[in-house]
Amino acid sequence: MAEATANISARPAALTRSQWALVLVVIAVVMTALQYAGLLPAALHRLPEYLVPPFAPMLDTVFNFVKDDLGLLAFTRFLTGLLESVLDASANILYGKRRWPNIEPIPWSAIAAIAAVIGYYLGGWRLAVLGAGTFIWTALIGQWKIAMETMSVIVVAAPLAFLIGITLGIVAWRKPWFDRMIKPILSILQTIPFFTYLLPAVIFFKVGPTAGCVATIVFAIPPMILMTTLGLQKVPPEIVEAGHMSGCTRRQLLFKVYLPAARTEILVGVNQVIMLCLAMVVLTAFIGMPGLGAKLLAMMGSFKLGRSFEIGVTIVLLAVMLDRMSKAWVVKQPEHFEKGTSWFVRHKLFVMGAVLFVAFLLIAQVFPILAEIGRKQNFSQGKELDGLIKGFVALDGVQAITGFLRAFLNVKVLIPFRNFLLSIPTPALILLITAFALWLGGPKQARNALIFFCIIALTGWWDRSVITLYSVISAVVLAMILGLPMGIAAARSEKWSRRMLLVCDTAQTFPSFVYLLPAIMLFGITDIAVIFSILIFAMVPLVRYTIEGLRTVPPEMIEAADMAGATRMQKLRHVQLPLALPTMAIGFNQAIMFAFFMVIIAAFIGTQDLGQELQRTLAGTDLGKNFVLGICVALMALTFDMTILKWATDRKKVLGLES
Amino acid sequence: MASETVISCKNVWKIFGSDPEKYLAQMPQGHSFDDIRADGYIAGVKDVSLDVGRGEMLVIMGLSGSGKSTLVRCFSRLHDITGGIIEVEGCDIMKLSEKELIELRRNKMGMVFQSFGLLPHRTVLENVAFPLEMRGQDRHARRARALEMVKLVGLEGREDYFPRELSGGQQQRVGIARSLAIEPDIWFLDEPFSALDPLIRREMQDEFLRLQGLLGKTIVFITHDFDEALRLADRIAIMKDGAVEQCDTPDQIVLNPATEYVRKFTEEIDKARVVHAGVLAKADTPGEGEAVDAGATVQELARLLVQDTRAVIPVVRAGTVIGGMNRQDGLAILLEGS
Repeated sequence: MAEATANISARPAALTRSQWALVLVVIAVVMTALQYAGLLPAALHRLPEYLVPPFAPMLDTVFNFVKDDLGLLAFTRFLTGLLESVLDASANILYGKRRWPNIEPIPWSAIAAIAAVIGYYLGGWRLAVLGAGTFIWTALIGQWKIAMETMSVIVVAAPLAFLIGITLGIVAWRKPWFDRMIKPILSILQTIPFFTYLLPAVIFFKVGPTAGCVATIVFAIPPMILMTTLGLQKVPPEIVEAGHMSGCTRRQLLFKVYLPAARTEILVGVNQVIMLCLAMVVLTAFIGMPGLGAKLLAMMGSFKLGRSFEIGVTIVLLAVMLDRMSKAWVVKQPEHFEKGTSWFVRHKLFVMGAVLFVAFLLIAQVFPILAEIGRKQNFSQGKELDGLIKGFVALDGVQAITGFLRAFLNVKVLIPFRNFLLSIPTPALILLITAFALWLGGPKQARNALIFFCIIALTGWWDRSVITLYSVISAVVLAMILGLPMGIAAARSEKWSRRMLLVCDTAQTFPSFVYLLPAIMLFGITDIAVIFSILIFAMVPLVRYTIEGLRTVPPEMIEAADMAGATRMQKLRHVQLPLALPTMAIGFNQAIMFAFFMVIIAAFIGTQDLGQELQRTLAGTDLGKNFVLGICVALMALTFDMTILKWATDRKKVLGLES
Repeated sequence: MASETVISCKNVWKIFGSDPEKYLAQMPQGHSFDDIRADGYIAGVKDVSLDVGRGEMLVIMGLSGSGKSTLVRCFSRLHDITGGIIEVEGCDIMKLSEKELIELRRNKMGMVFQSFGLLPHRTVLENVAFPLEMRGQDRHARRARALEMVKLVGLEGREDYFPRELSGGQQQRVGIARSLAIEPDIWFLDEPFSALDPLIRREMQDEFLRLQGLLGKTIVFITHDFDEALRLADRIAIMKDGAVEQCDTPDQIVLNPATEYVRKFTEEIDKARVVHAGVLAKADTPGEGEAVDAGATVQELARLLVQDTRAVIPVVRAGTVIGGMNRQDGLAILLEGS
């Protein structure tokens, strides 16, 4: 508002931004009205087929040229060979795949012991229990082999992603032109649906672990680059000057001053790399990568909810363990030992780890149960759990609620909303979105929105895109209806804020795939399950940033409101919410991004949107179509991302909060 | 007093902006700080000429943003200057190659920073040994030297601590030890005690004077605290808006401020604590009777000035009479404060 009034006084003759936006909306409404009256020419409702340029075949030609004529395929096949031998080695060590170095797989008990020692080193006995517990659970429940199939890819992908990311990050920090070049690529990479990573990976790197590993690496690199650059930029100038004055050469300065001083940010990058690797490696089940993801996919597909649940628990445990440990590493500070401490005491935990490892290696030779838990020996309760879950869902009360939601929400709200969106003429919807971007962001955002959605219209995938958009919007709106009150309520007390934030933090580490589980359990394979899975996934950032926004309102402002005699409601409406809104907008933005991510995964349940088409392309070699579909999703996501973030930064500036 | 010039700078300019060299070349004479700012540039250092003699302690004094830190960074070429010449021991540092510059810093210069600039991932000993490690000294030699330095600054027994485990004063001791590890001839200290609380600051100043008594380095010391400057300096350079307003001994700055700005600065100072007998001595009237030492401040002589009845009191430096101090002059300075 402040800006709008400023604009009026500056240029009294011209229309303000919001007035322009209103004009666009009016045009769009008139067009839609004409469409309903049957007066709009068909060509204005949807772009006629003959006008759609053949993007996919064109891209295919380009890809084929690069792939075959420029010899990219030969090169990547060569890399595939290298990667395969590394992956085979890790697979051999972890679950005994018959490849070089052909040794027995490490007994599960030894790995659990190592995890406990590492956990203890990083964060005391709690993490030790978490580390050992995760692996013991995995072994006892009979998922050791599939879990190790997954881990064998992570232990290769995460270090590679780290190395590539940190190198590119250093280059981007040194060379501003490289930074400028790489930034837009990174933001596209972060919004492109993961299915678009998968197909090229398959085509260039063979089906199975190699393709899974490559897709995982590509997926995990961007945050590492960003964190490295950020960390290096944040090194205090005096430390750098101290390095210069100590006579460092450039190389010494980088390796002995900059990189160690940027340790925290780099380790945060490592945490993100590990988490993204886990999230992605589970998803690579879609391209035939064996492991936890593939098993979960198969079990959900055949509606074996008990086993799915157990696998879900394993994935969640792994995620929480990896996240907690890597986060503990971030805050872990070196401690000094008193003078004259012996080597053994200084390296107590290292010695203990080595001793335990060897001990379990030897014991496992005598008691094979400690090396491998066979098919009949595990404690899996798949069938029983299955019965329990199905029984719970069939309870009258639960049935009533889910049935009501299915009947009312789906039939009365969601489907009419979808049909309405589909009935709006293409140009009218483009104008509406442009108006939204103009009103919230500004002219630049509006221009981008216009261009982006025109491109989507031109690809010929308009209806599918609108359905994708519909799922995202409905899920995010529902998430807001549920999440905002939760966040506001929790923010009222310190204790509840902390608890809620912990829940959100933990939930955010779960690989997105896991969110399908409760949706399918409650709603089966239906449209509403899709919305539900997106909804819970999107609710996490909403709640989290609502709490954070409200909790970071400067206390003196709240005290001022208290002294002015504001009631709790007045305080919330007039002081807390306005000040928290920019932060909440970031959560809203993340919710939308998460929703775009999840809606594609939900293709597994059976949707009619872009995700479904994308999933179909995975079966073939239709790289062009795959790419076009991926770009459609990315463009939609980018439009919202740019607009909302622009608003949040503008708003923060107006409010005088740090931006 | 300086027998040999160690650092000499002539008409040094440091301008920040998009194309400072070109701007400086076409800038009209007598452009003020504000004129330059109106053109979109910042004059960090503005036409500064001064010399630092061997073994001298020059204190550069000014408020924040006056360009004192920038100037000291020009001396060590942490900043490349825009115009003028800086010579260190007779060699133009702007003409040095990167390799020569690194050699210069590895062998001749040490620097202490306001917020310490310690490497957080290294222990006290490793921090102190860092410059030695950079120049490739072998492990045992640098350990021995670093231990010696740690002992010198009184941090024995804390060699294996990490910086975050130390208090501010202790951290700065590490910074000082590190800057001395290579046995530099020239020692730069950029507001070394400003981040410390007043009691510790006092203690560190005493410590610093003790070290200087021991080592006798050429020192450029930056501070915004006038009392600190008066306590430590052989000469003080007062800076404002990038330019040096006055560069002289503390006595002269207090007695004869060159500009209005310097006068305002010295207004609140108790001059009796700064002015020495030697400065007041006039060679043509030596006076008679018992002499006072040239190094004594007026305040230290207060009792004598009040009780003595002579008009002129002789002043001696190193055993020889250098002149006589007019007792009324001394009393005038003594009474001015009250």
